[in-house]
Amino acid sequence: MKVVYTDVLVVGGGLAGLRTAIGVSNRGLDVIVLSLVPAKRSHSAAAQGGMQASLANSIKGAGDNEDMHFTDTVRGSDWGADQTVVRMFVNTAPKAVRELAAWGVPWNRVQRGSREVVINGRKVTVTERDAAHGLITARDFGGTHKWRTCFVSDTTGHAMLYAMSDQSIARSIPVHERIEAMALIHDGGRCLGVVARNLVTGRLIAYVARATAIASGGFGRIYRVSTNAVINEGLGAAIALETGIAALGNMEAVQFHPTGIFPAGILVTEGCRGDGGLLRDAHGHRFMPDYEPEKQELASRDVVSRRMEEHIRRGQGVKSRYGDHLWLDITILGRAHIEKNLREVQDICRNFLDIDPAEEMIPVRPAQHYSMGGIRTDYTGQSRTLKGLFACGEAACWDLHGFNRLGGNSVAETVVSGMLVGEYIGDFCASADGDVNISSGLVREFWQREERRIAGLLKGNGTENPFDLLRSMQDLMTEKVGIFRNGATLESAVDELQQLYRRSGNLRVRARAWGANPELTAAYRVRRMLKLALCVACGALARTESRGAHFREDCLQRNDRDWLRRTLATWAGDDHDRPTLNYEELDVTGMELPPGWRGYGAKDYIEHPGAAQRLEQIERIVAARPAADRRDLQAAVMPYEHLVPARYRGGNERLAEAAAQ
Amino acid sequence: MTGVTETGRMLRIQVLRFNPQSRRSRPHVQSFTLQETEGMTLFIALNEIRETQDPSLQFDFVCRAGICGSCGMLINGRPGLACRTLTINLDADIVLAPLPVFELIADLSVNTGKWMRAMSERLETWVHRGTEADLSRLEERMEPELAEQLYELDRCIECGCCVGACGTARMRDDFIGAVGLNKIARFRLDPRDDRDDAAYYQVVGDDDGVFGCMTLLACQDVCPKRLPLQTQIAYLRRRMLVRGARRSS
Ligand SMILES: Cc1cc2nc3c(=O)[nH]c(=O)nc-3n(C[C@H](O)[C@H](O)[C@H](O)COP(=O)(O)OP(=O)(O)OC[C@H]3O[C@@H](n4cnc5c(N)ncnc54)[C@H](O)[C@@H]3O)c2cc1C
Repeated sequence: MKVVYTDVLVVGGGLAGLRTAIGVSNRGLDVIVLSLVPAKRSHSAAAQGGMQASLANSIKGAGDNEDMHFTDTVRGSDWGADQTVVRMFVNTAPKAVRELAAWGVPWNRVQRGSREVVINGRKVTVTERDAAHGLITARDFGGTHKWRTCFVSDTTGHAMLYAMSDQSIARSIPVHERIEAMALIHDGGRCLGVVARNLVTGRLIAYVARATAIASGGFGRIYRVSTNAVINEGLGAAIALETGIAALGNMEAVQFHPTGIFPAGILVTEGCRGDGGLLRDAHGHRFMPDYEPEKQELASRDVVSRRMEEHIRRGQGVKSRYGDHLWLDITILGRAHIEKNLREVQDICRNFLDIDPAEEMIPVRPAQHYSMGGIRTDYTGQSRTLKGLFACGEAACWDLHGFNRLGGNSVAETVVSGMLVGEYIGDFCASADGDVNISSGLVREFWQREERRIAGLLKGNGTENPFDLLRSMQDLMTEKVGIFRNGATLESAVDELQQLYRRSGNLRVRARAWGANPELTAAYRVRRMLKLALCVACGALARTESRGAHFREDCLQRNDRDWLRRTLATWAGDDHDRPTLNYEELDVTGMELPPGWRGYGAKDYIEHPGAAQRLEQIERIVAARPAADRRDLQAAVMPYEHLVPARYRGGNERLAEAAAQ
Repeated sequence: MTGVTETGRMLRIQVLRFNPQSRRSRPHVQSFTLQETEGMTLFIALNEIRETQDPSLQFDFVCRAGICGSCGMLINGRPGLACRTLTINLDADIVLAPLPVFELIADLSVNTGKWMRAMSERLETWVHRGTEADLSRLEERMEPELAEQLYELDRCIECGCCVGACGTARMRDDFIGAVGLNKIARFRLDPRDDRDDAAYYQVVGDDDGVFGCMTLLACQDVCPKRLPLQTQIAYLRRRMLVRGARRSS
């Protein structure tokens, strides 16, 4: 039995995992990162459009600040987010962008003077201030009041991940590549590391750590049509679920991105619409203003995706032999703009569709894109039920995004949560809680369980083909647990998933190699993925309301009275065929922004009995402080700064403030 | 979004197979036939082969969108990204082999990660800065044009195609390849990096660096991101010659 000891183990080499590792390494702790693939190949590299932070440098972002970013994010989440976490996030995001700038990310910069841009279908002239020249610029994204999304052309995630990864190399942080975490080692209350498998040799390794952080990304691949990388199978969340102790939060909150290219599902960025691109139907008609006069193409993603599907249902889609789709038109932006700021989009269109988007419209249809749900943690990133287990990035339900994430808020979250959670892990390890006392017998027990599981698959005489089960699950999820949901279909989805789950206990693996063996990997993963799929489907079935990306045709209203709560899913044991659901109330009395209308999308909802009262209370707090500035007011309404690690407290300098000094 | 349409063409895909982990495995070519469907890429084709014909076939895909650089391989002898190669642009007879130079994991899977990490450590491919930025203050300014030039060189996805195509890399184990030289050009251009030419000369001023390049141009031809590799190498070579001359005088 090979055992590796370290202070901190990070599962995942994407933006969130690497930034966490850098943070704990800066605190003087030993850290090891595990990754299925070389760190720079993690899915973070695929983020295109950008990263939200309220720098307010561009004239179209002037006046932006943390408060606006806060409001946009909470509304975007359809009030599902944890508002304290949102506050911590919006205040740290500018620091994160600036740190990345210092680390070499070539953020696009403000160019003084006038230029022509497309806004709401019309060409307008925008004039940037002299004073802003050379500072980091931003583009428009959906659901935001200001142009707030910082970008590097349309390969933002790539530039960020490379800078981050190079920083981790500069600190000599070891990344154990092609290693898969297979199970969390724990004693019922305390997480003590993982049992992992070397995907090249097949060997098992036990990693014992004082703190274990899961940053394994999303689980988009439980769906057939997804913009996600093929490794986004939610494995980190699944092994947390398999402890029976850690809970997954809001798994039914799954985001569908409006513009997956059709039919492959490869993403073209929201930046296309942010920069002025339009959605058109079979008749070339721009339909979004008919549905969403306030924000048109730039309402939040859940709203735009739904409107698109609705329009297709009304027979306005473009017919093709693969089914119906709509058009994304960026020809109006002009070739020069596309070849500079939407170059990856152009490459993707050329390579996969054989079209030039400067000349022709892009066939698109919504595709699964982002997992708002994940390992439920408190604001420090620690599981509330399994101590020593931390999670951040897309794998976590921290909960920044509630029921809908805004574009550009995810890569921002990965870095910000890495910065903050890295510090909290540092504090944890410095405290008595961070001590571990582990018996090798316990490690052996977990090791042997994994070994038995693999041997069972390799030597067993099951009959089910893992690839078939995987495909059936993906089809089912896309068809029945997608953008439009209703009770009857969800019930049949749960039923079928349970059947698949039972069949996954009888798998056949034809390739018998212990080492690199893609069929074996598919076999042990599919059962885990089915557990996640069941968490999504059962959560969706139970939630009899519509909120953010979770839309029930049979329960159209958002229901704050009964559903202002977070779903918590746990899995009692391998012999169970569905999760146990519990709920965690969101506390209206502590909210800075009590639930209301989002400013786009549906206007009617069932009010929470405490919302009006809280609103009045806030008004009184504000009225009592006529001389207070926005920071003091915020602190009076919902104090949070004491929770932030000391090194990341304090405001963010902006141009107007700098000029005034 | 289901229905797939066949193009009517049968593809014969020959894969060079070898698993160094297995004592019984010997390098050999295995031939697979499959129906071509519309829009088929090598990503789709190889997955179909694995799912329906040979579950042991090894290859690497991650993003399947030409962004992450995982799937570099020799496609009819030429390095390229398999995920974004449409079969329709190839003859019906397709030969696939792993990228040379890199350690073979099995079949079409090679260890580019290890090679790239070693290269990064050796060249120290990160911004070297003496002072720490104050994150609560305005960021340092940069000319927009310079930021765009940096982006241009920053687009490398470390897929290894340039290394797989490189004559020098096949002969010299320690040659850093166009990928490495491009990185040096990138950091040299970045005003945030304090290193001077003397420091860069230290790491690339020899035959494993910029003087190893035989200017055969293959790297630039195969680069999936169309990076101006030869221009960068030529420029770097001139700068390093100047630096070298100064050092010997
Ligand atoms: C096409 C696309 C475009 C996007 N564009 C944007 C954008 O413009 N702006 C934005 O804000 N967001 C965007 N997003 C979302 C954003 O990119 C992701 O949410 C974010 O990058 C996730 O980062 P992460 O660090 O949490 O996980 P990832 O980057 O997915 O990394 C996960 C890591 O975990 C490892 N891992 C997984 N399971 C295991 C295991 N069992 N054992 C060991 N290692 C494991 C993987 O190897 C990988 O290193 C986009 C997403 C997609 C799909």
